[in-house]
Amino acid sequence: MSTFPAAALFATMAVIRAFETRVAELYKAGEIPGFVHTSLGQEAVAAGVGAALAPGDYVATTHRGHGHCLARGVDLDAMTAELFAREGGVCHGKGGSMHIADPSKGVLGANAIVGASLPLGVGAGLSSKLLRQARVSAAFFGEGAVNQGAFHEAVNLAAIWDLPVLFVCENNVYAEFSDSRRMTRVPSVVERTAAYGIDAEEVDGNDAEAVYALARRAAALCREGRGPFLIEAATYRHHGHYEGDPQAYKPDDEAAAWRDRDPLSVTAQRLVERGEASQEELDAITAQAAERVDAAVERARTLPAPDRDEAFADVFGD
Amino acid sequence: MSSATEVKPPRYIDALGEGMATALEEDERVVLIGIDVGAGGGIFRVTKGLLERFGPDRVLDTPISEMGFVGAAVGAAMTGLRPIVEIMFMDFVGVCLDPILNQAAKLRYMSAGALEIPVVFRMQTGAGRSAGAQHSQSLEAWFAHVPGLKVVMPATVTDARDLLLASVRDPNPVVFVENRRLYSMRGELGEDPLPLGKARVARAGDDVTVVTWGQMLRACLAAADECEVSLEVIDLRSLVPLDMETVIESARRTGRLLVVHEAVQDFGAGAEIAARVADELFDELRTPVRRLGAPPVPFPFNPELESTLLPSTNAIASAAQALEKEG
Repeated sequence: MSTFPAAALFATMAVIRAFETRVAELYKAGEIPGFVHTSLGQEAVAAGVGAALAPGDYVATTHRGHGHCLARGVDLDAMTAELFAREGGVCHGKGGSMHIADPSKGVLGANAIVGASLPLGVGAGLSSKLLRQARVSAAFFGEGAVNQGAFHEAVNLAAIWDLPVLFVCENNVYAEFSDSRRMTRVPSVVERTAAYGIDAEEVDGNDAEAVYALARRAAALCREGRGPFLIEAATYRHHGHYEGDPQAYKPDDEAAAWRDRDPLSVTAQRLVERGEASQEELDAITAQAAERVDAAVERARTLPAPDRDEAFADVFGD
Repeated sequence: MSSATEVKPPRYIDALGEGMATALEEDERVVLIGIDVGAGGGIFRVTKGLLERFGPDRVLDTPISEMGFVGAAVGAAMTGLRPIVEIMFMDFVGVCLDPILNQAAKLRYMSAGALEIPVVFRMQTGAGRSAGAQHSQSLEAWFAHVPGLKVVMPATVTDARDLLLASVRDPNPVVFVENRRLYSMRGELGEDPLPLGKARVARAGDDVTVVTWGQMLRACLAAADECEVSLEVIDLRSLVPLDMETVIESARRTGRLLVVHEAVQDFGAGAEIAARVADELFDELRTPVRRLGAPPVPFPFNPELESTLLPSTNAIASAAQALEKEG
């Protein structure tokens, strides 16, 4: 069985799927405070781009960023503890689901402001270029953010400065509760990006291997100083904008059609067809991911709340 | 023998330029980012010559795109650079608040200290030049209200240099507010910089403590010259950190406090200082605390109308004298 890339992509997706599924349940049960936005259905983008980046590369992401963090190696236990708002959380319980950050893994943070990841990602690309580090900066965002001024300003800046920025648009059809195709005359993000004179390509965002192949090529171009590059990954958000969103705005048959092209099934089927993994092996990977998440949850439940002093720490640095 | 040319002391604007040149010189991670800061030398020529001296990798001209480049400066600060980003007029911060309010001010905290954001947001203000309502506002209280931002307002030539350098060396996001009416003011550069966060007693006195910052320092010192009572004038230098120790010590001694600022008085920083002094010295003050600021109207274009809105030297002197008479 090959360990990379397809099977490894499947394994990453399995962890994200297990994590998000469990998080949705725990949120419903009232164990996780705040707001939670899951990336169920979009795992292939996180896994594909995550695998294509190198150690030291940057990721700036969104409110729907759990998958990107996991794919870049942010510690599952520390992330789970963070969602439980406990001591030992990756942000000491002060960030939460929408703000997971781990610069040691290049993760500059999930971000609760739609579009904010783009200028921040451009800034990381600027550092990389000026400090001659050859690091790629990947900025994740949804197609909803493309109507924000921040998108246009950030892409234009990255273009005029030739920055090593990989813009990754997860086009999951919905901008919060609204069908994005009703919010612009030009639904294709690739088409809109063409105006800025940078390379942009669409990819099947439910095909982890295709995402990986494109992201790897795009990251290499960025590293050679031929960036920026924009990827539009066509995918679908299985759950609502946030957990608890009744999703009355989705047509009845839409979700079912997308579930037929579930990113985990797509890769699993291909692995089996190519003889790179048996169904039993894939089931074992899935079970292992669930166990791993269960263990993180059990551990998080035992952790104490952060010390009260933590509320006052880290406002300013010395 | 040729006659020695009289060397004029530097202007506030020169001191800012020197501060930036020193910062760029001493630390290669420092970059200057903004509209027209490079080839154009800055709208007020504050950054003149820096592109020629440090090159286009250190001094970056941007499109008119504040949300983009202010956000990028924050992202760059998170990843190893120490940007000085110029927002041409303080009023323009309205189109790029998010990177300051929600990113720079929050990311250190939300990441439990893992992210460091050493960025200076330079911006200038200054009513009194018929610049109209969208080019004249003093919005420092907005930023002081947001935890996680330092707010610095140099009022002297030496502070234009020293506080700028201190801001660049600071590991936190700093909103650095210049007043363009001070740009041509001349003054000596000091040898021994007062640290960021320390207020300065600009004039010692006994009867009334006058707390101010930025451009209003000049008016307060002029008022002290012509006033019948003795004023102790304190230049706060920064709103965050706020050196209340110096203010309280002075107000306790004089028993009277007047806060003067160019910003609109309603909900201004003067209210915060007044409240803190009242809390601390309620039984020791001889009179209630007074404030002088602009009334709550936009600045009009007409020069006469505009000038009536700013606290004048006379108004400051009268207010101080009235306080002294009151008790």
